[in-house]
Amino acid sequence: MKLVIALILLIVGTLAFHFWSPWWFTPIASNWGMIDTTVDITLWITGFVFVAVNAFLAYCVYRFRHSPDRRADYEPENKKLETWLTVGTAVGVAAMLAPGLIVWADFVNVPDDATEVEVLGMQWQWQYRLPGADGVLGEVDARLISQDNPFGMSKNDPAGQDDVLVNSNELHLPLDRPVKLLLRSKDVLHNFTVPQFRVKMDLVPGMVTYAWLTPTRTGKFDVLCMELCGIAHYAMRGYVVVEEQADYDAWMAQQSTWADMQAIPAGNADVGKTTYLTCAACHGQQGEGNPAMNAPRLAGLPGWYIARQLKHYKQGIRGAHEDDEYGMQMAPMANVLANDTAIRDVTAYIETLHARPATNTLNGDPARGAGRYVSCGACHGANGEGNSALQAPRLAGQDDWYMKRQLHNFRHGIRGAHKEDTYGHQMVLMARSLKDEQAINDLLAYLNTL
Amino acid sequence: MQHVALADRPDELHDPQTFITKYVWSQDHKVIAIQYGSTAIFVGLIALVLSGLMRLQLGFPDTFDFIDPNSYLQFVTMHGMIMVIYLLTALLLGGFGNYLIPLMCGARDMVFPFMNMLSYWVYLLSVIILLASFFVPGGPTGAGWTLYPPQAILDGTPGYDWGIILMLVSLAVFIVAFTMGGLNYVTTVLQARTHGMTLMRMPLSVWGIFVATILGILAFPALLVSAIMMLLDKTLHTSFFMPAVVSLGENLSYEGGSPILFQHLFWFFGHPEVYIVALPAFGMVSDVLSVHARKNIFGYRMMVWAIVIIGALSFVVWAHHMYVSGMHPAFGFFFATTTLIIAVPTAIKVYNWVLTLWRGNIHLTVPMLFAIGFIFTFTHGGLTGLFLGNVTIDLPLSDTYFVVAHFHMVMGVSPIMVLFAAIYHWFPLMTGKMFDERLGKWHFWCTFLGTYAIYLPMHYLGFLGVPRRYFAMGTTDFIPESAQSLNAGITVAALLVGLSQLIFLYNIFKTLRSGEKSPRNPWGAASLEWQTADVPPHHGNWGKELPQVHRWAYDYSVPGAAEDFIPQNHPVTEDEQTEGH
Amino acid sequence: MKLFRSLREKPWLQQPAIAGGAPAYAGPDTAGAARIALRFILAVVGVIFFLFIITFLSRSQYPDFEALAGAPWQPFNDTTRLWFNTALLACASLGMHFGLVSARNGKINGSIIGISAAVLFTVLFLLAQFDLWLHLQSMGFYINSNPANSYFYLLTAVHGLHMMGGLIVLSNVVFRVWYDSEPESLASPLQLCTTYWHFLLGVWLVLFALLSSSPETINTLAAMCGF
Repeated sequence: MKLVIALILLIVGTLAFHFWSPWWFTPIASNWGMIDTTVDITLWITGFVFVAVNAFLAYCVYRFRHSPDRRADYEPENKKLETWLTVGTAVGVAAMLAPGLIVWADFVNVPDDATEVEVLGMQWQWQYRLPGADGVLGEVDARLISQDNPFGMSKNDPAGQDDVLVNSNELHLPLDRPVKLLLRSKDVLHNFTVPQFRVKMDLVPGMVTYAWLTPTRTGKFDVLCMELCGIAHYAMRGYVVVEEQADYDAWMAQQSTWADMQAIPAGNADVGKTTYLTCAACHGQQGEGNPAMNAPRLAGLPGWYIARQLKHYKQGIRGAHEDDEYGMQMAPMANVLANDTAIRDVTAYIETLHARPATNTLNGDPARGAGRYVSCGACHGANGEGNSALQAPRLAGQDDWYMKRQLHNFRHGIRGAHKEDTYGHQMVLMARSLKDEQAINDLLAYLNTL
Repeated sequence: MQHVALADRPDELHDPQTFITKYVWSQDHKVIAIQYGSTAIFVGLIALVLSGLMRLQLGFPDTFDFIDPNSYLQFVTMHGMIMVIYLLTALLLGGFGNYLIPLMCGARDMVFPFMNMLSYWVYLLSVIILLASFFVPGGPTGAGWTLYPPQAILDGTPGYDWGIILMLVSLAVFIVAFTMGGLNYVTTVLQARTHGMTLMRMPLSVWGIFVATILGILAFPALLVSAIMMLLDKTLHTSFFMPAVVSLGENLSYEGGSPILFQHLFWFFGHPEVYIVALPAFGMVSDVLSVHARKNIFGYRMMVWAIVIIGALSFVVWAHHMYVSGMHPAFGFFFATTTLIIAVPTAIKVYNWVLTLWRGNIHLTVPMLFAIGFIFTFTHGGLTGLFLGNVTIDLPLSDTYFVVAHFHMVMGVSPIMVLFAAIYHWFPLMTGKMFDERLGKWHFWCTFLGTYAIYLPMHYLGFLGVPRRYFAMGTTDFIPESAQSLNAGITVAALLVGLSQLIFLYNIFKTLRSGEKSPRNPWGAASLEWQTADVPPHHGNWGKELPQVHRWAYDYSVPGAAEDFIPQNHPVTEDEQTEGH
Repeated sequence: MKLFRSLREKPWLQQPAIAGGAPAYAGPDTAGAARIALRFILAVVGVIFFLFIITFLSRSQYPDFEALAGAPWQPFNDTTRLWFNTALLACASLGMHFGLVSARNGKINGSIIGISAAVLFTVLFLLAQFDLWLHLQSMGFYINSNPANSYFYLLTAVHGLHMMGGLIVLSNVVFRVWYDSEPESLASPLQLCTTYWHFLLGVWLVLFALLSSSPETINTLAAMCGF
């Protein structure tokens, strides 16, 4: 009897959960409404079968419960009944399969007027490439990928010169225009997913896969990686901004092409030396940092990292949060640098600086910290040497008091919470795996030994 | 291979005497079955603890200190691999296959008892190698149980060095063990059935285990092949599966390989693996339902055909795991069609289970509760499979929690319900003692309601688009805050279910120590395993003479018969012959 | 067909043949069981090589694949060495066959000569295969320099391991002869070993054909498999 009640309650409960659950598909933002329709058809058919079979099950358990004065029927088989059930099931299955195959045919065949956009995945970031004025994407080869050529562009292919290279995790798409996403990976499998678009596809190194869609709603949507790609899989996020044509054109105008990237001159350290005089007041003549001024050491940090932070300060991406006391001091200082050339020059000079190793100010257990560092080392290097390909700065030799403050800021969303701060956002997720102060002290104690 | 099975020699002198030959280096299929079973349950408990740790992180992120992104992925991987291979495959085939085949077919033992013993020890070796990976530098692999290259062997994945090598070696060793056991099971079924035991008189348990073993024998080589090739890619830098990649900024020497080729091999094994687990469960649950409903299994022939057809079809559906893997999208049409076709024989099995209860005389014993629970959870899990098998619906749902919920419902909860049904059903036969029924019922209610409370809501996280294998969700624009409380609820349910398994363990130990003696055939079952000379059966199973089979295994409530069941070795009476039913 | 007929039986009906008093059943036919087990072993080995070959054909369609034959500088353009090794293995197979026929006719000496020859030629074959590896190494065809090379080393290694496994089982049989020189009792296990040897000779011939195929042949085969 209890079982009968339980079965009925489970059926009713399942239906109630289904109809009252606030958790359902996020509102659609692409042309793939047909997918939602297919889901609905399948839900109705399977829902009917679920209720019918289990209600009948509950009925049987109730009606034919054990009774000493009754014997069970003896019926080895019933061909007619079995045939009808088979035919009925086959019809139901066909009713679910047919719409599925029809929609899949749409998905496989890309419309001719779709514009191509390349999505390039790597551990644990997104980059994008657009074909530029000639409408053709230039040749690429994974073996050409390097610090100066993050997309692996072939220098000989003229079609590639005007390709727009978006070295950020944010892609913009024009509204109501079909787009064919060409998916490529540098290292391992990834999967490009925007839940609002419904479609997804793996990125496979060594080949180019595709998916297509027409965005139908403006807005900023999250891009998630949905194929396990290593330790920071869950932190591999990006954004797609769908906007009106005019806004899209404005965004496009700000992007630089492969030709532009090759033309950027190297920074001039001699010019940068003069600029650095201002910085030296706090950060020290040799970039050794000054705890009294809350100024971290700069010597040893890679130029690209300093350049990005300076730009973030200038654009209010870093140092704008009201709890970021010292960042707010730095922001106006960064504005002293007039343009990208000035930033390149000063970072070129900072890269020439050398300073004594930092002194330890924290007590922690390096042995326990070593275990915690495993997750960090995937990006920042086993010896804390940093990794430019992953945009991860050097940690070895940095002041521990500074890193402690930054970890605190990341954990509390004081740093890295800004939507434009791609890499900071990853650190927010990663820093949260350090649950308390002792964990941070242990970790930094280990970093001090590197 | 030419040895006459020890147990087939006529005298009793060969009965093992010492503790070592009787319980350790035993060649008795029943002892080997219990060795297999207890080892499998032991590693299963480890995997259960790992899942508890994962759930703690997912339900209450930013709270626990002992789990970080690195160890989270290691737990995910080890949990999955242990549960699928080292628990379910080993327990269903190594455990129940070993125990039931000779008894149900009326044989004294497996045909090759020595090889059978070897199979267990090699299996134990594979478990030791697997568990050793917890203690090597870098820890076990965290590549997910699918072990997809390139990431499985590249820096940036936990245990990319020692961990993955040990995992692949352990799998290869397991396959050797499985093949040795599997050869025994199929040969015993084909060659050692007692007189009168035609193929169509075998209980469905034997059919399920038999077909599953053939699937395993043909499918595991695909895993072996991919494991060997990946080991070479890892250690000798060949490029079977490895294309040119830039791993964490470093250009590696690999070139030209195809990661998708690995996925094809893996799923060519992986999908039949689903049925390697499911078919024995289908078979055993059919027998449990029939015995406790006091009614023959409905549509026996259809049930056998369905097992065979499902087994055959399971080799042509593998790429439904790969709809969004980047393989040629045209494959989607073919594989979606075959996948949905397989739903038809599966549905027939469900109908026939329910129709077995129809007009039965249902005893709601503990095994029966679990069997009915199985029908419910399997119906749910089977129906959600129709979403994922349909290529279009897979687009939004693949790699979300919908997938996790689906395969746990169909491959986790359902076989486990059958395993418990089977353990409770055959426990009196294995030990001669009757378990505590009250504890058994408590165990059922906690497990049945608890697992449904875990996995029903989890489907809705999937509809929402929450990705699987995420250490933490962080903030997104599409997941409401309430999803976190749902996750916390799931974690609480999971922990309760995990803890309630202690009831089961306590019941087992209590019964073994001080349980009541069970009647000879407490459920009144007609199949042959309950008709042995002694209960529990001794070495050699049948005393001096092998039993003679006169009827099928489902003569329950036969009209005109004195009792409501007629054992299989019961000779046909005059009345029956004239009636000719 | 017989299988289909028996699968259509209605087991709840009384089968007249069995209903009568049948002779007591003594136990399984172990020789028959061993034959069935061997069939499954061959199926497993067959599936393993089948899958390797399928992946070979699939992998051969990627641009970096350079077949080991078809051009003068490729090692298997001249197949003399491969033919020599094949002859060794064929001799081993013949030896097994001779040993089997002798055992069946009750000639223990002939049987021992046949088995010894088979073991000798099998060991020679393995050594010759190893020498072939060294030869390719000396020509600069390393295992990781090209997928075709990887497959060559992989396939020959797996085949060699299977031969060694056969030798271990065969040595068990030889010991049986040593202790129990009844040739008739030898015939049955020897039959299984002989089948295994013939099977592995067949596998080797397939591998031979595949490894010494020109790129055109491989492309045709791959196209037939749909790659």
